[in-house]
Amino acid sequence: MTVLSVSFPAPPFSAEEALKYAAPGDTALLPLLRECYEEIAKELRYDVCYTFLPVLYAEDTVRFPSFSVASPAFCQNFAGAAEAVLFAATVGIAPDRAVRRESVRSSVRALCFQAIGAERIEALCDVFCRTLGEKYQTRPRFSPGYGGVSLDVQREFFRLLDCERRIGLTCNESLLMSPTKSVTAFLAVKPKP
Amino acid sequence: MELLSYMREHFLVLDGGMGTTLQAKGLAPGETPEEWNLSHPAVIKEIHRAYFDAGSNLICTDTFGANPLRYDAETLENVVRAAMENARAAAKESVGKQEKYVALDIGPCGRLLSPYGDLAFEDAVACFAAVVRLGVKYGADAIFIETMNDSYETKAAVLAAKENAALPVFVSNAYGEDGKLMTGASPEAMVALLEGLGVDALGANCSLGPDALLPVAERLLAAASIPVFFKPNAGLPRVENGKTVYDVDADAFAEAVAVALRAGVRGAGGCCGTTPAYIAALAAKAAKTSPVPLTDKGRTVVSSYTRAVAFGENPVLIGERINPTGKKRFRQALAENDMPYVLSEGLKQAECGAHILDVNVGSPEIDEEEMLPRVTKELQAVCDSPLQLDTSSPAAMEKAMRLYNGKPLVNSVNGKKESMDAIFPLVKKYGGTVIALTLDEDGIPASADGRAAIAERIAARAAEYGIPAKELVFDPLTMTVSADPSAAAVTLAAVRMLTERGYHTSLGVSNVSFGLPAREIVNAAFFGAALEAGLSAAIMNPYSRPMTESYLAYRVLHGLDTNCAAYIAYAGTLTDAPAAKLTAGERTLARAIADGIKEEAAAKCRELLKTTPPLDAVNGQIIPALDEVGRGYEEKRIYLPQLLMSAEAAQAAFEEVRRAVNAGAEKAEEKCAFVLATVKGDIHDIGKNIVKLLLENYGFRVYDLGKDVPPEQIVAEVKRLHAPLAGLSALMTTTVPAMAQTVDFLRKEAPWCRVVVGGAVLTEEYARTIGADKYAKDAMATVRYAEEIFAKDGSAD
Repeated sequence: MTVLSVSFPAPPFSAEEALKYAAPGDTALLPLLRECYEEIAKELRYDVCYTFLPVLYAEDTVRFPSFSVASPAFCQNFAGAAEAVLFAATVGIAPDRAVRRESVRSSVRALCFQAIGAERIEALCDVFCRTLGEKYQTRPRFSPGYGGVSLDVQREFFRLLDCERRIGLTCNESLLMSPTKSVTAFLAVKPKP
Repeated sequence: MELLSYMREHFLVLDGGMGTTLQAKGLAPGETPEEWNLSHPAVIKEIHRAYFDAGSNLICTDTFGANPLRYDAETLENVVRAAMENARAAAKESVGKQEKYVALDIGPCGRLLSPYGDLAFEDAVACFAAVVRLGVKYGADAIFIETMNDSYETKAAVLAAKENAALPVFVSNAYGEDGKLMTGASPEAMVALLEGLGVDALGANCSLGPDALLPVAERLLAAASIPVFFKPNAGLPRVENGKTVYDVDADAFAEAVAVALRAGVRGAGGCCGTTPAYIAALAAKAAKTSPVPLTDKGRTVVSSYTRAVAFGENPVLIGERINPTGKKRFRQALAENDMPYVLSEGLKQAECGAHILDVNVGSPEIDEEEMLPRVTKELQAVCDSPLQLDTSSPAAMEKAMRLYNGKPLVNSVNGKKESMDAIFPLVKKYGGTVIALTLDEDGIPASADGRAAIAERIAARAAEYGIPAKELVFDPLTMTVSADPSAAAVTLAAVRMLTERGYHTSLGVSNVSFGLPAREIVNAAFFGAALEAGLSAAIMNPYSRPMTESYLAYRVLHGLDTNCAAYIAYAGTLTDAPAAKLTAGERTLARAIADGIKEEAAAKCRELLKTTPPLDAVNGQIIPALDEVGRGYEEKRIYLPQLLMSAEAAQAAFEEVRRAVNAGAEKAEEKCAFVLATVKGDIHDIGKNIVKLLLENYGFRVYDLGKDVPPEQIVAEVKRLHAPLAGLSALMTTTVPAMAQTVDFLRKEAPWCRVVVGGAVLTEEYARTIGADKYAKDAMATVRYAEEIFAKDGSAD
C-alpha cells in the first residue's frame, strides 16, 4: 500500500457557493465574501493524501484489508467497485485562525471566513475527485459520520494515511479533525471501460 | 569523540528513510513501524546497520511514533529499550570505520495543540518528556526531534528534551511548498525560536525532494548561527506495477544535496523514499567537500508562531496599549475577564502598524501570575504579532515565557543584581531578547556616559549567564523635559553612544512630554530625533498620528520605504477621512445601529451622551434599534449578516455607554447570568458566539465557556453563579448525545436552571426528547426566551 500526497493550486473561488454556507439568498453579502477571500487566499493550502485499497463485500458490509464498514447505504454507494480510494484533504489552519480572530471583532466576517473555509474544502475535494475521475469511474464521495458509517472509521483513515506527517492533519479523542476545514472520505473507483 | 565536538570539525552524515524502507520489507498498512523493534528486531537492526555501512555518522532510532498518547507505559518502555538496543547492536556490527552515534528519534505526537487543537501545552511537554527519559535511560547519544509541522509542538518537545536530558538536541521541521510549517511558521521564525531554546542544530526534513526543499535550507542558513542540517525526501512517490517508486534516484539525490552542503549545511541525510544507497552516494559527496565554517549571524530577533521581527535597519514599533496603567476601561476589562476587549486592543494596534505588542496586565486587583500567561495565550490565538512580555513579577514572566509560542521580547531587566539574577536564567532557558534599562541600585545616572556604563555591566553579567549581547536591547530611559530641560539631550546622547558601540536601543518615547499640554507634538519630535540618533525600537502609541507620521517620514527620508509605498498608502487614508465624518453627522444613533455601521454608531453615541444620560441612550435608541432589526430578522425581511452587523454596531455604542457609566455614577441595567457553551466533542462556535453577542446587547451577563466543554464544567459554572439560564449549542449529529448528557446532569445538579438548546442538527422534537426547556431556532429566539424568563423571575439570579 502506498500513500500518495498531492498539493493542488487554488481552485476557482465561488462566492455564490460560499454564500450558501453563510446566509443563503443574502446576495448583499457577496462583496464581503469576496473581500474576505482575497485576504485569506495566500494563506490557504490545498493538500490531499490518499491511498487505494481493495474492496470485498459481504451482505451489507464493505470489507477493506484491515477493517470493515457495515452500512447498507455505504454498500449501495460502492456499487460493487473492486477498489476504493481513501483520502484526507485539508485547506490548512488559515480559516480556523481567521474565524477565531474575527470572533473578537466582527461576527459577520467570522461567518464569512467560516463559509469560505467550507466552500474551499469542498472545492478541493471536488478537484481531487475530478482528477481521479480522469482515470477511473468514480462514485460520489462518502465521509465517516454520514449514512450509517460510524465516525469511528475516522481512526482508520488516520492509521492508514499518516495524515499528520503528510498533510499536517490531526484527529483528537472525540474524532474531530484539526484543522477543522478538512475532510476524510471514501471514493469507490472502477476502471474506465 | 563527543558528538558536538565531532560536528564542529566535520560534516555529519545522517541516515535515510525508516518507515518507507520498512514498508518495502513488508510492514502492513496501518501497522506501526516502532512495534517492529519488538516483533522484527533483526529487520530493524539490518536497516540501521546498512545506514552505518553506507557512511552514516548518526542514525535515529525507530521510535518516530512512540509516545504515551499511543502506547501504555509498559509497551512504550519496551519499544524504546528495544529500539535503542537494535540501534546500538547495528553500530557495533557495522563495518563502517566512521564515528557513530545513536539519536532517540521523536516525531509529532499526533494531536494538534490548543488553541487550534485540544492538547494542552503542558500535556504535550509531559508526553515528550516520558519518551526523552526513556531515551536517556537506555543510552541515547542525542535527541532528534523531527518532522514537526507546528512551532508550538516543537517548543513542547524541545522543553521536554532540555528538562529531562543533558544530551545534544537536534530539531527538524517539515516545511510545505510555501516554505512554511502547516501552522504558518517561516524558517526565520523557527530559527529564532530554536536558537532561543538553545538547541544544538536545526534543519528541515520530509515533505519535499531536495530541489524543492533547498530554498528552505538556504533561508535557515541565512538566519542561523548554529549548524543546519537537511533531510529531504527522495522526491515524490508514485505507484509503478504495484510498487512505490520515488522520482529522484540516489545519484541525483546526492548531487542535489551536495548543493546544500556547499551552501553551508553541516549535516545531511534523507527522509521518505531514501535508502542506504542514497546515503552512500551522499556520504561520497560529503567526503569530497569541506564544511563551510559556522558564523554568528549577529541577528537580534524576536518571533511569533508565524514570523520573526529583526532589530536593525528598520525601526521596530512596539504597541503600548495593552496596559492597564491610567486606563480605567482596560482595568475593568481585566477585572471582568472581558477578553474580547483586551484582544481587540491587540488586533487594532497590529492594524495600525505596531510590529510587536507590549503585554502588561499589572494592576493591584489582578493576579499577574494567572493573567499574564492567559492574555498571552489568548492574544496568540488571534494575532500573530510577536509579543513583549512586560511584568515586574519573575514568576508571571516565567509562566508567560514558558507557554509563549515563539521567542518573546522580555520587558525588562535592569542593572540591579536582583533583577538580572531573576530574569537572565529565564532568558537562557526559554529564549528571548531582553529590554535592559540602564539603571541600577544607585538609580538613573544623570549622564549618557553613566547610562552606557550600566549597559556594559548588564552585557557582562548577561555573558556570564551565556546570553550574548545581541539578545539585549538597551533602554537608556526617557526622562521628562518639563522637570529637567537637559533630559532629552542626555537620552539622545546615550542612544547615540550605545548605537556606536554596536548595541540596539529602545525607548518609551512618550515619557518625554509628561506634564506638558498637547504632548503628541513633543513626543513625535523627540521620536524623530531619537531615530536619527540610531534608535532601533520605540514603545509607543500606534494610534497616535504624529508618531506614525514621524516613523513613516523617517523611513521615506532614509530610503527604507521602497517607492515610498507605505507613506503613500498612509497619505491615502488622510483624504478619505473627512467624507466619512460628514455622513456620520446626518443620522441618529438608532439609524446607525439599524444600518450596522460600527464606527458611526460609536461616534453618534459619544455625541448623544454629551446631552443624554447613559440609560436613556440605551433605552431610547440602542434597544429600540436592536428590536427593530431583530423583528426584521424574525419576519425574514433581513438576513443574519445584517442582524450581526447591527449587533456589532450596538456593541460599539455600548462601549461608549460603558465609558460614560464608568465616568459617572449611573449603572446600566444588567440582567441575569447566562451560561453558554458548545458541548463536549463539538468545536463549532460561530452560532454560539452570535447568541453571546445578542444576549450581551440585551444586557445579560454572559459567561461563555467556549467550545468542546465537558458537562461537569457547565454544571459547575451554573452552580457557581446560580445562573437561571444556560444555553447549549451543538452542530454535529455525533455530539447531540453529549448535549443530552449535559441537560440530564444540569437537571440533577442545578434544577433551577432553564436550559435552552440550539444548533444546526437540533429540532423542536429532539430538544423535548432530551428534556431541554426550550429549543431556539436562532439567536433571536434565544434572546426572546431569555427576556421572557428574566421578566418572569428576574430576581431569581
